[in-house]
Amino acid sequence: MRNIVIIGNGISGITCARHIRKKSDDAITIISAETEHFFSRTALMYVYMGHMKYDNIKPYEDWFWERNRLTLLYDHVEKVNIQQKDLVLKSEKNISYDILIIASGSASNKFGWPGQDLKGVQGLYSYPDLQLMEENTNGIKKAVVVGGGLIGIEMTEMLLSRNIPVTLLVRETNFWDTVLPLEEAQMINRHIREHHVDLRLETELKNIEGDERGHVKSIITKDEKRIPCQFVGLGVGVHPNISFLENSNIETDRGVLVNEYFETNIPQVYAIGDCAQYRKSLPGRKPIEQVWYTGRMHGETLAQTICGQRTAYNPGPWFNSAKFFDIEYQTYGTVTPQQSENEETFYWEHENGKIDFRVVYEKMDHTLIGINSFGFRLRHKLFDKWLQEKRTVEFMMEHLAAANFDPEFFQKHERSIVNSFNEKTGNKIKLKRRSRIKELIRG
Amino acid sequence: MKYLQNTGMGLFVLAFLLWLSMLGVGSYRLTDNVIRKSIPDSSHYALLQPALQGMINNTYNSKFTFIHDFNYAVNHVNDSLKTANAWDKVIYTSYIFPVTKNASKGPLTQHPFTFFLIILLTAITGAFLYIIPEYTKGPPGIRNNHIFHQAMTARGWIGIILGVLLIFFYILLYWYPEYITNWVVLMDPLSEKLSGGPASQWFLYGFFYTMAILVMGIRMLLKYRHNKYQRIRTYSVMFFQTAFAFIIPEILVALNKPYFDFKNIWPLDYSFFYDYHLNELISSGTLGWFMLIWGITLIVIAVPVITYFFGKRWYCSWVCGCGGLAETLGDPYRQLSSKKLKAWKIERWIIHGVLVFAVVMTAVTLINYFSHNALLGSSTNNLHKWYGFFIGSLFAGVIGVGFYPLMGNRMWCRFGCPLAAYLGMVQRFKSKFRITTNGGQCISCGNCSTYCEMGIDVKWYAQRGQDIVRSSCVGCGICSAVCPRGVLNLENLSEKGRLKTKPILIGNNLEMDITVVLKKED
Repeated sequence: MRNIVIIGNGISGITCARHIRKKSDDAITIISAETEHFFSRTALMYVYMGHMKYDNIKPYEDWFWERNRLTLLYDHVEKVNIQQKDLVLKSEKNISYDILIIASGSASNKFGWPGQDLKGVQGLYSYPDLQLMEENTNGIKKAVVVGGGLIGIEMTEMLLSRNIPVTLLVRETNFWDTVLPLEEAQMINRHIREHHVDLRLETELKNIEGDERGHVKSIITKDEKRIPCQFVGLGVGVHPNISFLENSNIETDRGVLVNEYFETNIPQVYAIGDCAQYRKSLPGRKPIEQVWYTGRMHGETLAQTICGQRTAYNPGPWFNSAKFFDIEYQTYGTVTPQQSENEETFYWEHENGKIDFRVVYEKMDHTLIGINSFGFRLRHKLFDKWLQEKRTVEFMMEHLAAANFDPEFFQKHERSIVNSFNEKTGNKIKLKRRSRIKELIRG
Repeated sequence: MKYLQNTGMGLFVLAFLLWLSMLGVGSYRLTDNVIRKSIPDSSHYALLQPALQGMINNTYNSKFTFIHDFNYAVNHVNDSLKTANAWDKVIYTSYIFPVTKNASKGPLTQHPFTFFLIILLTAITGAFLYIIPEYTKGPPGIRNNHIFHQAMTARGWIGIILGVLLIFFYILLYWYPEYITNWVVLMDPLSEKLSGGPASQWFLYGFFYTMAILVMGIRMLLKYRHNKYQRIRTYSVMFFQTAFAFIIPEILVALNKPYFDFKNIWPLDYSFFYDYHLNELISSGTLGWFMLIWGITLIVIAVPVITYFFGKRWYCSWVCGCGGLAETLGDPYRQLSSKKLKAWKIERWIIHGVLVFAVVMTAVTLINYFSHNALLGSSTNNLHKWYGFFIGSLFAGVIGVGFYPLMGNRMWCRFGCPLAAYLGMVQRFKSKFRITTNGGQCISCGNCSTYCEMGIDVKWYAQRGQDIVRSSCVGCGICSAVCPRGVLNLENLSEKGRLKTKPILIGNNLEMDITVVLKKED
């Protein structure tokens, strides 16, 4: 029986622990200073908005851990001793390990703005951040959120739920246009404004001003505009949370450097999730992946290696999802903001301006590269299959009805999409009826 | 906007207080006419009339004294009959409700319709002034903000008070209707319009039940105006309650036909096979026979066949009256159901226990019926009495609705309803229905589980990529609606592989040992 210690109780660490437990009887200890139990980080916003309580965002009931012999340690790792194979904890206890898995996640970015440490200025990543935001926004009149990405728009939605007017500063030309193509980004711009958010595009934060109590009272943008506010939400990305590894001899760059087996430079020490950085990134993927799903897949993969079946990280086609206020977003495969010259793209938008669909495919052989859908739901299983089988865009269009994942009675968009595609490309694709391709749905 | 909503809330509370105050209005005066009208049985009349002489033509300002005096007189008569060993003459029929109602005097009995209309319109206007702005002020979408911050919906003081009031109401309705006769008096004009007769406490209840479903149904239509599944489903429950449960039975009574709710199915309709009911149907000619065959067809054919194709949702969240109330009036409380594994374990024992009770009771009743009371004579009456008290009234009513603001809106459907248990068995073992999870898109956020009124821990399945096949799922579709990542969908697909669906989280191309996964995490 080996002694496995996991630093971090987020989705990566917990998934890894669960999968190790399925295959082995090793002792497993999970250390976290954030919360006693695993919770869904992506659901923090719902607690603030009153959709759920903290208890509701815990994926497992509290008895789960003991029953699966997963020892939870509510403590902070101060230092890792590679030689003695032990960890120094804040409680001044030492804990030794045979195998160490670092899954310590991220911390919010701050880019050295003057005033960034004033009271009322914060990011939103952790549970303590949520508690802080509760305190910081209590009774305030006006807030500014910085960052045109997922955390930025989440914080905006949270603040609006408390009737706090928000100015959202986005450095880029359109919302999240480092990821979204123009039409999609503009659609979200419109939707943000529909919710009465003061959206300021191409606007950057210069500095933050405080009052005599050390509390934020306004911000100044790079174009020298002052916006009074009592809260500044920073949604400008995250970085690996690995400061406790300094001087540990574990090799790091921005994150903990790992190979495709999540092995660090030290034997029996691994890193997964947000805090891991691939020495050589996989084709089409970033060296640091900070997504719920990749964290989960890292955990699944590493568990195989730990249990004796050395397995390289081999994710299938990229996928992701999000929700921007009321508009859901799903993506399968790779859709970049601008198409390269060997890529062709087709875009369809519903007349209500809140539903759209984009497909990107190879110019030469029409192989599917990726799709974006906004405002309606698509079946992951089918797109995963079609992307792996290298199906053409024409094949996908023909079978699109099977991929629809919207609830019964919802307006179907496939016909309109295929018609528009035929019109633009001169194709004569006939949409196959859903009842005819049932085996695809069942799969 | 805020002003409008506050006005609405104010009007509603005002109407509610007016309604409560109605109980204290007026006086009671027993006359020979009242006694004759309320006690149609001539031998009972002859026994009671002399004992009530002391009350006759006295004006009672207190309902409590009136009820006390009347009960005292009846008990006195019965006691002397018992002492005289005249057991066959003892009066077991309760006359206190009709007597109190008919003895009522005052403004209510003179202008019942005016009072009724003023209170009803004030309440409805208030409700809409609050509801319409609440759900139309922003773009359409999921609006669950502050549900866990509000005393009304988060088991706070308002919720607790509301629960206590509802519980009180049910106790009075079932066991002490004589204390709410003033409300029933207000319903007389409407009842006479519909069925030709005066209102009973059940007419009062049916009317308010229907109003609750209609008004809160409109709230539901506005709240989910972006979701066509929710809208159609809500129209459906509003229609079935209004037409099938409320209006048609009243018209049948007006036409001198048996009172019959064509969508109520045994064993939820536990008295369907009671001897008096069978006799009533059989003696009502073709229509009666049709009702009998219709009722049996629903049990034997409709339930298994329709459930096979669509799951139990066709009944529980589209047709049923209990479901209709839960999906409309109860919608603000769906998050209060317990999602604990322990609750599921308890649920399975209780609901199937009730089913067994209902089946045994009905079997005994039928044996008794066909053997002309030769076997099991009085035991059926006892069984009926116990079932009616514990299941029909206490569980379905007092707990079922009274506990909405305390433990969620489907307490009865989840823990008690024997029909739900029957539908659930079909759904679990022989149906095309399931909730499909979408590949690897689940982020374990917990919205689905939180808003599952049946207390199913939906995310437990979704986060491991397993389709949801559960006997209790009523297919309300709210889990799918509140999912922020498009993970859940109610689908009727081929039965093949439905139960053995391998939990698969798409995204990672690695072969995992699924059998181990199932064993260890079950």
